[in-house]
Order: sequence, then structure tokens, then C-alpha cells
Amino acid sequence: MSKVDINRRAFLGKTGVALGGLVIAPGLVLFDFAHAQQLPVRKPGEPASSAVRWGMLIDTTQCGSNCNECVSACSKENGWPEAKTPTDVQWIRKIEIKQVSTGRQVALPMMCQHCANPPCVDVCPTAASFKRADGIVLVDKHRCIGCRYCMMACPFKARSFVHEPVADHDSDMPRGQGTVESCTLCVHRLDRGVQPACVEACAKTGHRAMIFGDLNDPNSEIYLRIRSVTTTQLRADLGLNTGFSFVGL
Amino acid sequence: MQPAKTFAQIESRYFYLLVALGALAAGAGLFSAYYMEEHGHVVTGMNNQIVWGMPHVFAIFLIVAASGVLNVASVGSVFKKEVYKARAPLAGLLSIALLAGGLSVLMLDLGRPDRVIVAATKYNATSVFAWNVLLYSALFALVALYLWTLMEKRMNPWSKPVGLLVFAWRIILTTGTGLIFAFLVARQAYASAVLPPMFVVLSFAWGLAVFLIVQSVMFSWNELQLNPAIQKRMKNLLGLFVLSALYLVATYHLTNLYFAKQTAFEQFILFDGGVYPWLFWGGYVVAGGALPLLLIFTPGLGKSGHVLAASALTLLGAFALLYVFIVGGQAFPLSIFPGYEVLSSSFGDGQIASYAPSTPEILLGFGGLAIAFLITTIGVRALNFLPHDDPKTPHHD
Repeated sequence: MSKVDINRRAFLGKTGVALGGLVIAPGLVLFDFAHAQQLPVRKPGEPASSAVRWGMLIDTTQCGSNCNECVSACSKENGWPEAKTPTDVQWIRKIEIKQVSTGRQVALPMMCQHCANPPCVDVCPTAASFKRADGIVLVDKHRCIGCRYCMMACPFKARSFVHEPVADHDSDMPRGQGTVESCTLCVHRLDRGVQPACVEACAKTGHRAMIFGDLNDPNSEIYLRIRSVTTTQLRADLGLNTGFSFVGL
Repeated sequence: MQPAKTFAQIESRYFYLLVALGALAAGAGLFSAYYMEEHGHVVTGMNNQIVWGMPHVFAIFLIVAASGVLNVASVGSVFKKEVYKARAPLAGLLSIALLAGGLSVLMLDLGRPDRVIVAATKYNATSVFAWNVLLYSALFALVALYLWTLMEKRMNPWSKPVGLLVFAWRIILTTGTGLIFAFLVARQAYASAVLPPMFVVLSFAWGLAVFLIVQSVMFSWNELQLNPAIQKRMKNLLGLFVLSALYLVATYHLTNLYFAKQTAFEQFILFDGGVYPWLFWGGYVVAGGALPLLLIFTPGLGKSGHVLAASALTLLGAFALLYVFIVGGQAFPLSIFPGYEVLSSSFGDGQIASYAPSTPEILLGFGGLAIAFLITTIGVRALNFLPHDDPKTPHHD
């Protein structure tokens, strides 16, 4: 066989692999998204199930230090303006921290940790703060009197008080001046079987630092990941059993 | 030539002037609350880091003092001291007045004061705030009942058991106030079991200081002289309470200093936290603690003017301590990531939070004081709350 033939074969082979890759890769990505979004849909009137516990795994090793996509996505999805002053609300924020002993730097998103034993729910005088059967900690904005005791009680500063009149309401996420609010895990999307906006935005950047799912489902990605790698809950010493865990802390 | 005005006419004119001033201050407070509700809490100095500010300093002072002032009544009814029994009605009136002022401030500072009825109808049994709604409402009712047993002759035999109930209730109530903070598991400044007893003892000191000021004004208004023996007993009691409060505040800080995880917070609040150490040492320890003790116990001092000054300083110290405790306690960052330091955050993580109280929230606080002042002023004029000491009480020990 001539040298030209060998080169042609190698060329065709490589081109074939490349073309095949081009054809299959988007399919794989789509499959990945479809797989990730396979969440149960809750029918109207159907109560949330206590068999499910929604949670999130934040892989800080994958979180981009200059990336703010999760914050922007949350702000857009839930209709809160991105923060400029200390009185502005922040449902989710990016934090960069440094390990004191080693100097190792870590970036991570911070929001409500959806505790199993949430101090905000314990202290709320009117039971406006409540935990849904599937583990999501929420505020009933029609019941909140704006005392801010939950904000005093939260170990993660996850909650914000609405200091000013709210002009534009999102029909999915009503907000009101004088009440307290925080991450809802995009409960309105979740009930339609769609992942939280931040998780979707993070996946789109390719970082995949946020893995969302049912902590009670032994086949879920989050369950399998938490089983296979060392994870940390924030302020585990407080015994709150947060729905969020972190890799790389 | 016009006839000279009688004492009653002059006195009446001063009374209406005082009521007008009180109403003006209360009105300014109410207008501030309206302004805050109209524009949102953005017009206050409070923010998402310092969520409780000046209104809470005033409200908690008033509520704690409302409980403590009843100590005067308890010493009379429960411990059968006649001198104090004569003062029980005034103590009861002051308690209702202070509680009404404090609760007004707390309620009007809510993000949604229009929903305050929700606090009574939707009840969360695990919330110490919700417990306090019951404790405060019941204290109003119990003190009103207590006043009835004291002021209506036929009811007099009931004053002891009702007095005992009031005594127990107010200790539980102030325990509840301390628990508001003691139950905050994640805040370095608060999660401490010493807080409820500390608040109980602080209430004794602050309540008695309020009582002594009001008593002094009432006696001079009526051109009466307080029996020096009674004066001495009451000032010694104030001294004891101020000293006990200092002891518990010291215990609270010393235990914190012993825990390695709390030392950074103590360093901040006691030494390098700017306005907070100044207010703690200068405002509470020196002006609100050491000076009153000197005025009370230094040989040659301890006269009525000194006791009045000691009482006023005790109250000044109360505001300084509460400001440090409530605002300073929140200003220190939460420890969310032990072992890490925060490099950047848009939400003030790892940073000292700043707070500058605004005019509306200060006016709201003073409005609460004004409500207490109005109830007291009108109460002592309308009904007979002036302590009537038995003339046979010896003037010396």
C-alpha cells in the first residue's frame, strides 16, 4: 500500500471520528439535560410528598470564581433586581473564601440551605416560615408580618427583607414590601418538573457545579455523588441537617 | 389687678402642657411609623445585615423595664414590706405604661404592621416571639387585675395571691425576652443561657430606676418630702440591682472570652469595634454602672438628688448596653465558614456591618417613651397613685 493511501485512510478515519463526534455530542448533551430534568411533575391540588427531599450538591471545585450566572438566572427567574445597596434583597450570592491554614481559595454560591431543622421556621411567630413536606423551606408572604426574627435566626444570612415597594410582580413569584423572602428552590418550576433556574444556568456554562435532585432517591445523581465523595454541610455543628452539601470545603 | 393664680390652676396648666408635649412626641412617633410603612424600611438605617435597630433598642428597654418596675410591687405584696406595698399601685401603672409604649414601637416597626392581628390568630407554638405575644397580653390583664385588688378595698384580700401571680409571670416574661436572643443558635453575640437571668436582673435595675425617677417627680410636684429612711432603702436596692446586673453582664462576656470560637467577637465588642466598645465601657460600665454606684454608696452622697442622678444614669447605661447588645451583636459577621476567611461577597459576608440610625426610627422609639409618659402622667392625675407612706414609719433605720 502506498504512503498516500495510508495517509488517506488515516485522514478518513480521523474525519469519520470527528464527524461522528459532532453528530453524537449534541445528542449526548441533550440526553444529559433531558436526564437531569427528569423530575416528577406535581399535579394541581396534589400535596408535596414527604417521600421526596429536595437538595443540592455544590461542587466548589467546578464553580467559576468570576462566574455569576446562577445569581443572574435567579434574579431574572424570580423578579428581584440585582443588588446594589445593603437594603437590596439577595436570594443567592457568590462568595469567595480562603482557607486560613493553606490559602486555598474556593468560590461558591450561597443561598437558603433548606434545613431539615430550620431555625427560621422555629422562630417565626405566625408560622409564615414553613417547611414543605418535600423539604423546601418557604415564606408565606400573605402571612409574614415582617418582624425579621427569621433573619436573626438564620445561620447563613439566607433571607432578605423587602425594604422598598415592589413594582413588577412575577405571577409565579409574588413579592411584597415589608415581608421576608429567600430562595424557594424555584418551587414553581419544580412543581412543573423543571430544575431550579440557577442549576440550569450553571449547567449551561459547562461548570456543572450545582447538582440538584431528590436526596431520598438512591438512583438520583445527587444521591450517588454524595455517597461516593466527601461532602460537607455548612455549620454541621448546629445539627440543622441542611438540604445542601458542598464538595471541596 | 388680677387675683394671684392658685396652686391648682398653675398645676393644672403644667399638667396640660406636659400632656401636650407627650402627645406631640407620640404623634411624631406615629407619623414616623406611617412614613416608614409608606416608603418601606429603606428610610431607616436598618438593612439586610442589621435587621433590628433603634426601634428594638427602645422597645426592649421599655418591655424589660415594664417587668422590672413590678419588683417594687412584689416586694410589697409577696414579701410583705409595707413601704413597698404603698408603692405597688404606682408600680402597676408604670408597668402598663412602659409595656404599652414598648409594644407600640415593636408593632409599628413591623414590615406589615397592618397584619399584626395575624400574630394573634396564627400561632406558631415553637416561636418564643409567639410565646411573648401571650406573655405580654396576659401581663396587661394580670397587672390590671392586680391594680383592682390594690385600689378597691373589697378586693384587698386578693392582692397577695394576685401579686404572687404577677411576680411569677413577670419573671417568666423577662425570661422570654432574654430567650428571644438566647435561642439564636448561630449568632455569637446571643446564643447563651446566661441571657434570660441577665435580662431578669437588668429588668430589676432599669425598672427601679424608672420608678425612682417618677416617684421623685411626683413627690416634688406635690411638694412632699420622701421619708429619708425609705429613700435610703430604695437607693440601696437600686445599688444592689445595678451591681448584680454588672456581675451578670461580666459573666456573659467572660464565658464568651473563654471559648476560643467567641474571642474574635469579644475582641470586637469590647475593644476594637469602634462605637460599640465606647458605648459599652463609657456608656454602660462607667456612666450606667460605676457612677450610679458611687452616687448611691459614697458616704455623704446618696441624697435625693444623687439618687435621681443615679437612676437617670442607670437608664442611660441601659440604652448604651442594649445598643451594643442588639446592634453590635448583629454588626459582627456570622461564622458561616469556620476555618476560612471571606475574600469577596456582595452581601457583606465576613465584614463588619454598618448601621446609622435615621430620624424616623429614632422618633418612633421616642414615640414609645412618649406613650409610656402619657399613660403615666394622665394615670397619676386621674387616679390616686401617689405612694402614701404610713406617718409612723421611722425616719431612720
